Amino acid sequence: MKLLTHNMLTSKNMKTVTTGYPLIIQARDVKVMEVEFRAEFISRMIPKIDWECLCRAAEDLGHLNDLPKSVPDNYENDEDFLKKAHHVMLEVEVINGDLICPESSRKFPVTDGIPNMLLNEDEI
Amino acid sequence: MARMKLKELESHLQEVDDFDEPKILLEQYPTRPHIAACMIHTMASSFDDIEDRSILDLGCGCGMLSIGCVMLGAGNVLGVDIDQSALDTCQQNIEAFDIDNIDLVNASVDSVDRVVDGKVDVVVMNPPFGTKHNKGLDMVFLEKGIKLATRAVYSLHKTSTRDHVLKKGEAWGTKPQVLAELRYDLPNTYKHHKKASVDIQVDFIRFQISS
Repeated sequence: MKLLTHNMLTSKNMKTVTTGYPLIIQARDVKVMEVEFRAEFISRMIPKIDWECLCRAAEDLGHLNDLPKSVPDNYENDEDFLKKAHHVMLEVEVINGDLICPESSRKFPVTDGIPNMLLNEDEI
Repeated sequence: MARMKLKELESHLQEVDDFDEPKILLEQYPTRPHIAACMIHTMASSFDDIEDRSILDLGCGCGMLSIGCVMLGAGNVLGVDIDQSALDTCQQNIEAFDIDNIDLVNASVDSVDRVVDGKVDVVVMNPPFGTKHNKGLDMVFLEKGIKLATRAVYSLHKTSTRDHVLKKGEAWGTKPQVLAELRYDLPNTYKHHKKASVDIQVDFIRFQISS
């Protein structure tokens, strides 16, 4: 599970949950891989993600490094920034662990990189 | 970047592995490589909906459409499916193709728009058409897809349901356009039918999301 994906996941499918975001990451195995950098794609994604959530997730996984806490003006032309964003969004993956709902504390397991967001009958 | 030709894309997609044990009730079958290639090539060349776009493959199964999207330059693909063993096959295919920008999530279409609370550019799908007991499942997929996309939804629906699909597409705030009529063998989901598969006519439709 890439952090770009985590940035969009919520536990709002649970009937008792109002916001369910962000899901807290408790990772056991994290992998860093090389993903082809596409400046145009990253640039398009920046305004669509929750930057604070991305930073927090990166920090929890120990991969914050020198990622800026806020998106700089003129980010579209800042290749250095875009590369850092790319690294955190696409190159850091949670392989095994849990995503924890901040309201109900319900754990959603991540196994082999795939989060299981399916609920039991009584949670829907 | 030279754009991959349709024939080349199709021959790559022929390498995508099938489901180990397809579940009839989930209507699991791989999208035919030829159809997947045509769909994705059209999305890319006619509508600029693939290169550097964020894409969600709803009901990704073994990953035929997702892999096709990556081959034509998608920025990132999120594959969603309810069946873990399908996702396992998809994962194996992703590794075999040495792909690094497809992420998978195990989720149900009923709640996918709450589980994935972020918009993607494009949603692509080959939805189940529904069995006797859950007819119209493709419309649930379509409704959810429309909620998740900011640019367009691409989907396949039985030609026999065209009027209904187009009307619903408009009611849900999109501008639908039938791009092509295709024909393929749909594995039969009715136990009492003698034939193993049934030949059906299918529309490939683009639903433009109204801004």
